[in-house]
Amino acid sequence: MKRPNGSVGILRRIGAVLCAVALLVAPALLSGCSRTQAGTILAGSTSVQPFAEVLAEEYMTLHPGTSIDIQGGGSAAGIMAAQNGTADIGMSSRSLNDTEKGLWSVEIARDGLAIVVNPANPVQGLTTAQVRDIYSAAVTNWSQLGGHDAKIHVITREEGSGTRSAFESLLMGKVQITPKAIVQDSNGAVRQLVTDDPDAIGFISLGLVTDKVKALDLDGVVPTDAHVVDGTYKLSRPFLFVAASEPTGQAKDFVDFTLSAAGQKMLATEGLIPATVGAMP
Amino acid sequence: MKSPMERFTERIFLVVALSSLSVLALITVFIFVEGVPIIAKVGFFRFVFGTVWAPSQNLYGIFPMIVGSVAVTLGAAVIGVPIALCCSIFLAEFAPAAVRNVVRPAIQLLAGIPSVVYGFWGLLFVVPFIRVYLGGPGLSILAGSIILGIMMLPTVISISEVSLLSLPRQYKEGAFALGLTHWQTIRTVLLPAAKSGIVAAIILGIGRAIGETMAVIMVLGNAVAIPESILDPARTLTTNIGIEMGYASGDHQQALFATGIVLLAIIMLLNASAQLATRRK
Repeated sequence: MKRPNGSVGILRRIGAVLCAVALLVAPALLSGCSRTQAGTILAGSTSVQPFAEVLAEEYMTLHPGTSIDIQGGGSAAGIMAAQNGTADIGMSSRSLNDTEKGLWSVEIARDGLAIVVNPANPVQGLTTAQVRDIYSAAVTNWSQLGGHDAKIHVITREEGSGTRSAFESLLMGKVQITPKAIVQDSNGAVRQLVTDDPDAIGFISLGLVTDKVKALDLDGVVPTDAHVVDGTYKLSRPFLFVAASEPTGQAKDFVDFTLSAAGQKMLATEGLIPATVGAMP
Repeated sequence: MKSPMERFTERIFLVVALSSLSVLALITVFIFVEGVPIIAKVGFFRFVFGTVWAPSQNLYGIFPMIVGSVAVTLGAAVIGVPIALCCSIFLAEFAPAAVRNVVRPAIQLLAGIPSVVYGFWGLLFVVPFIRVYLGGPGLSILAGSIILGIMMLPTVISISEVSLLSLPRQYKEGAFALGLTHWQTIRTVLLPAAKSGIVAAIILGIGRAIGETMAVIMVLGNAVAIPESILDPARTLTTNIGIEMGYASGDHQQALFATGIVLLAIIMLLNASAQLATRRK
């Protein structure tokens, strides 16, 4: 059976176009797969990521032609990437645990954790035990803590978050965070909710506290960089660069830049507490 | 006899058609390979009906998320379906051509709005509204239901409108000839006749709602407890994957894939029932 010429022509043309597309796309895909990675790759904690990006930008401006690639993924993923060499440097926002102690690591800065509430909340400070009671839902009303008669809206971070695991290990201990807690997946989202909700409580990086939220005193200590440095404010965690073995070449150069006075000053400007004393702004 | 060129083009079309199908197969196989081991390890019933989700303690029960998904989707249907049905009846039966030509593209536009924009709008307007006027943290099943109810409108409206418009003219003419009013005709003749199409529209709309992720993450609060009221925060199957995938590794990551298996099963069930509904005339 013969079809009318017209439709065959159209089919043939479509066929030709498809062939052309296939021919064009195939090499692009193949070359995409075989692209070799140049430069230094950092991966890990999304808490460290924005600060590493600032450093990398400055480093690349100072050293034209170099490339530093910053990827997220979380502390656990970053440490794993450093272990198996997927990344030159892993970023972690928690201390290394016993099975990870064999890795090379350096503290690039410290970060305080602030317990934040809405500025309209009359509560000025809490004890560690009170925060633990709030997050385990043993205390559920602000009036039990000297506030208004309102239900406490507890906000936490998602499972696996470095900020959450730091909060759990530094403050909660063995006590579990209540499953009724609202879960948000970034410091920014927690801060936004606390800004909007007069009955909310959350925890975020000290460097990210703005005047739209109120950082509570913990056990009578005001959360400031100075109190983190002198150790009186307990809620702080290290920001680490991790690698399988001591970095060499460009990776080492970048680590050195991070620890230099200039690098530490940049971290301090961004709201972190420098690891090396004397670089405070 | 088919010419070789013609046979060649047919082959190409076949290959292209199969390749889109093979993507589906690939995704399915991948999800199952990643997810089945953890279901086997935890046990099917303890995975599906377990009420505690705490990956850090190796507890993987997704029942709260199933409840969350069902509650939010039902809520969305209660809000969205009546509006969508009224709208499609209006468009198919009452609207003058001029109005229809404005309303129909506008509804199509509704389908084109990115879900993150719906979520952001919900977070800025719906959530504070609920918090101030109805109580609770605002991030709630109700907020999710309102957003998803709006998001399912385009699907339900366009499919039920088409099924109303595709009814034979004679149905309507016959009803008018028997002396029925326009509304009586719609109620007793057209709607029953278009029932299968409308049911399919509702089921597909529900499928849209249950699969939505981004908008829901932003307004639902993501708490892992079984919600007790529509003003409580909750977590759906999709948001469980969306909020935790960034940091998950090992068993935790597999459990998220396993959540995907359950979701896939539910959506396949929904689509199959939509197919059945349209076939049964």
